[in-house]
Amino acid sequence: MTRPRRAPARGCYHQTVDQPRKARTYLLVLLFIALRGFGNLLLAFGTKRLPAALNAHPSAYLQAMADPAVAAGIGMLIFSLFTRMALLSIADLSFVLPVTAVGYVLAAALGKVFLHEEVTAIRWLAAFLIFGGTALVGSTPQNTTKEALSK
Amino acid sequence: MKWLLVAITVAATALSDLLQSYELKRAGEQSVSARGIARLAVTVARRRYLILSIVCLAFSFFAFMALVQSQPLSFAVPASAGSFILETLAARLLLREQVGPRRAAGTLLVLGGIILLAR
Repeated sequence: MTRPRRAPARGCYHQTVDQPRKARTYLLVLLFIALRGFGNLLLAFGTKRLPAALNAHPSAYLQAMADPAVAAGIGMLIFSLFTRMALLSIADLSFVLPVTAVGYVLAAALGKVFLHEEVTAIRWLAAFLIFGGTALVGSTPQNTTKEALSK
Repeated sequence: MKWLLVAITVAATALSDLLQSYELKRAGEQSVSARGIARLAVTVARRRYLILSIVCLAFSFFAFMALVQSQPLSFAVPASAGSFILETLAARLLLREQVGPRRAAGTLLVLGGIILLAR
């Protein structure tokens, strides 16, 4: 006679099944933030050292793309778009939006370190608010749609 | 004219994100390995909602560029961050995501941070 198999306790089930997906979600968040931050930095660095200002003429943009820093920046931003898509395939939109907003803070920090831009006290307060909000959203389940809950 | 550009930026960003979130959940889990990116590119090319989302993204990008060309960044960034609220509401109502008090409060904190960052 076989004994009926007991379903795992809810907490255990979530720990064993959801842990790898959670880790994957945060890995994609980090990758996206890094790619977006450094992509924008390279783009800003590349366009700032161009001899002429960009105008509406397409040739100016094509010329800009020939710059290695601009080309690398565009490549990183395209890769960041794919990373965000992969993220949206496993996490809620209302989770992804605030969590990836840490990128705004990274952009300010990279601007200060590499482009020597000024970061005022108000901007540090903004960074604190963004970190706080991100931590709060990060503590909620990353996927709450009906499909995810029924799995 | 500036509010029209803000409206286009916010609406196009929100629509693009909603379409991506909806369609990518239907397409299944995606990855960013070399094979995963190739598969994702094929998925995007085959699904009309994803193609439409890329078109919306382009509209949002050019509208934002036009906005920052004519307005200070300290106006353009917080004004376009309004898409946060629109998208969270739409995610709740259209995508049936559970936006509880913690997530809503976190989103509002982030929005406040973005508005301050642009000052």
